Amino acid sequence: MTCQNFRDMGITESYETIRVKTDILILGGGMAACGAAYEATHWAKKNNLSVAMVDKASMDRSGAVAMGLSAINMYLGLKDGDNTLSDYVKYVKNDLMGVARDDLVANIGRHVDSSVHLFEKWGLPIWKDEEGKYVHEGRWQIMINGESYKSIVAEAAKKALEELGDKGQYFERVFITNPIMDGDRCTGAVGFSVREKKFYVFEANSVLDVMGGAVHVFKPKSVGEGLGRSWYPPFNSGASTYFTLKSGAEMTCQEVRFVPVRFKDAYGPVGAWFLLFKAKATNSLGEDYMETRKDELQKWLPYGNAKPTPANLRNHLMMLEVNEGKGPIYMRTEEAIQKIVDEAEDEKTAKRTLKKLEAEAWEDFLDMTISQALLWASTNVKPEETPSEIAACEPYFIGSHSGASGAWVSGPEDLAPESYHWGYPNMTTVKGLFAAGDASGASSHKFSSGSFTEGRIAGKGAAAFCVDNPDFTTISNEALEEMKKETFLPMEIFAEHGSYTEDPNVNPNFIKPQMFMFRLQKIMDEYVGGAGSSFRTSKALLDRGMTFLEFMKEDALKLAAEDTHELMRCWENIHRMWQAESHLRTILFREETRWPGYYFRTDFPEMKEDWKCFANCKWNPETKEWEMIKRDIIDLVDPEI
Amino acid sequence: MHVCPNDLMALDKDKMKAYNRAPDMCWECYNCVKMCPNQAIEIRGYADFMPLGGVVQPMRSSDAIMWSVKFRNGELKRFRFKTRTIPEGTAVPDGGFDTGSDDLKSPLLRTEPQSTGMDDLSKL
Repeated sequence: MTCQNFRDMGITESYETIRVKTDILILGGGMAACGAAYEATHWAKKNNLSVAMVDKASMDRSGAVAMGLSAINMYLGLKDGDNTLSDYVKYVKNDLMGVARDDLVANIGRHVDSSVHLFEKWGLPIWKDEEGKYVHEGRWQIMINGESYKSIVAEAAKKALEELGDKGQYFERVFITNPIMDGDRCTGAVGFSVREKKFYVFEANSVLDVMGGAVHVFKPKSVGEGLGRSWYPPFNSGASTYFTLKSGAEMTCQEVRFVPVRFKDAYGPVGAWFLLFKAKATNSLGEDYMETRKDELQKWLPYGNAKPTPANLRNHLMMLEVNEGKGPIYMRTEEAIQKIVDEAEDEKTAKRTLKKLEAEAWEDFLDMTISQALLWASTNVKPEETPSEIAACEPYFIGSHSGASGAWVSGPEDLAPESYHWGYPNMTTVKGLFAAGDASGASSHKFSSGSFTEGRIAGKGAAAFCVDNPDFTTISNEALEEMKKETFLPMEIFAEHGSYTEDPNVNPNFIKPQMFMFRLQKIMDEYVGGAGSSFRTSKALLDRGMTFLEFMKEDALKLAAEDTHELMRCWENIHRMWQAESHLRTILFREETRWPGYYFRTDFPEMKEDWKCFANCKWNPETKEWEMIKRDIIDLVDPEI
Repeated sequence: MHVCPNDLMALDKDKMKAYNRAPDMCWECYNCVKMCPNQAIEIRGYADFMPLGGVVQPMRSSDAIMWSVKFRNGELKRFRFKTRTIPEGTAVPDGGFDTGSDDLKSPLLRTEPQSTGMDDLSKL
């Protein structure tokens, strides 16, 4: 966005400019950001560095774990010899159809148990069995009473910042718009307070991008009041991807979206039902499609033989059922509960078991997706009596789950092969800019604990970078003023044109952020394989979609905001638009279908050996051009299934 | 009002009451309901897919949460779950674990290797 020919900057000037200097700047407030703060402060104290954390919300309940969680999905149990590090790497890579960075996955894997042990010390209730061992939901998942998970983790992160005294700062309700660059080095970020009339300029030796994934890039299935009931939170709006792209960092796996299958409409989690209660999903005829359609898996070898079946292939088999008109698809909760109750020795035990299962089933939703409990109550559903529908959600960008999108980051020196190692752990290809959690790619299945852990890894890396690179050039006042103008442009536009019409939302001179988002979602849904297009797309459709995205990029300069809240919405949608473009371009680049169930290239319907590689992309800040890059997948663990 | 992760709760200065300024951007995370000191907030489920009549209402104590679930048909269920094992504010960041190295270039993180439960980091 530029502000050429811009006249009266009255509104912009009315925002006070606050300049903050720090050594380590952490952008975000979720699990990865808390991990980064926890770790960076420790090394900062030892090396006389300062740390500042900037959160668009409030740390106690910000990020994807804001509502709570009912399980920790990444725990390796290495101390008890339950698994090996190699087991985990192999599992993750096969689940992603062969596309993962072994070095990054292994690095998170060797540290993640430490994080979980810390959570327990900080007061997180983890279920234990009679021998005192964690209760597993599945091989890698453990059960928790996780309503306060985020508050508990935030408390430790805040205390860690406090331990630094004046050198540890926390800014909440500050929305980050753009990176500050000094040539090829990232030296900070600008943003604005959503509560006060303040424009923030953070300058730092090293910057951590930990601002979460992206939701509402694609049209959601519910478009009325239920628009906000996305599976991943609607406030994760693509800030991470935008920040690294705008800095000129190389990105990876931007095509690897995640399409979760969840309880229909309210998007309640299915993990406990599939893994803990061993429930089956069936079509309307009561057929278990994982059995009846197992031959289809043979078309996607070797991954079709992986155990468990990769997430996208499970989706794929379900979608085949739906496309043949065999829906609704049901989670057979009643059968699963009955089966467990039937195993009880006597009637009294059976009754007690049923009561316990009922509470566990409700807690699963009440801890992390309360709407699903509300939907059960609204429709008089008792899981022990009635099955519930499941369905595919819309696509999301979430490198921490079973998607893989994010920045291409350096692996650790002692694990990464030469081509995966160019700097400090988790540094992007831009000097001084680090990424973790949903912001870093090709290291899927991190979930909450792994994201926190990766934040720790990046936090220590950032501290090391600061010690080795203590000096940076301060941004010029001129450049700063330009960034300020760019930030507040939507408010100036509304001030100039708002009176032209009676309805503040309908005006030929500008577009409001909500309609801008709806337009983006429509393009993505119809041309880039959204839920409304059964996740199908092709070169012809993608090219057409790109035409409309180009118009959007022009209209982004005409976004208008009436107040600071709407200004945040404007910027969120600019961020989403960049996420959308990198996704479209990478789907177009990869001429195969590797993740059926996430998306299908109808013009290249099969998986190809020559595309067993990373599809990376990069936006060049100098030339404003996109570059598409193939990178090798290097096996550190024998991936044989 | 302060807690909303999507910054949706605004104050109507005439009525001096808070309201959700964009229900269609609400995740129904219930943080406002849980934190409201006056228990003044109730959620009516997304009307575009939820039949009316269901109510799910939380009540937090210092270490647990009690949920009342009212079905559309009037049936009532109550659940109580633990939320934490130690009092809020008493967490010790290092959790009693020592950090084994002061070397910024070592892969060992704060509290490691002790917090991993092993003598050293696992290898591939």
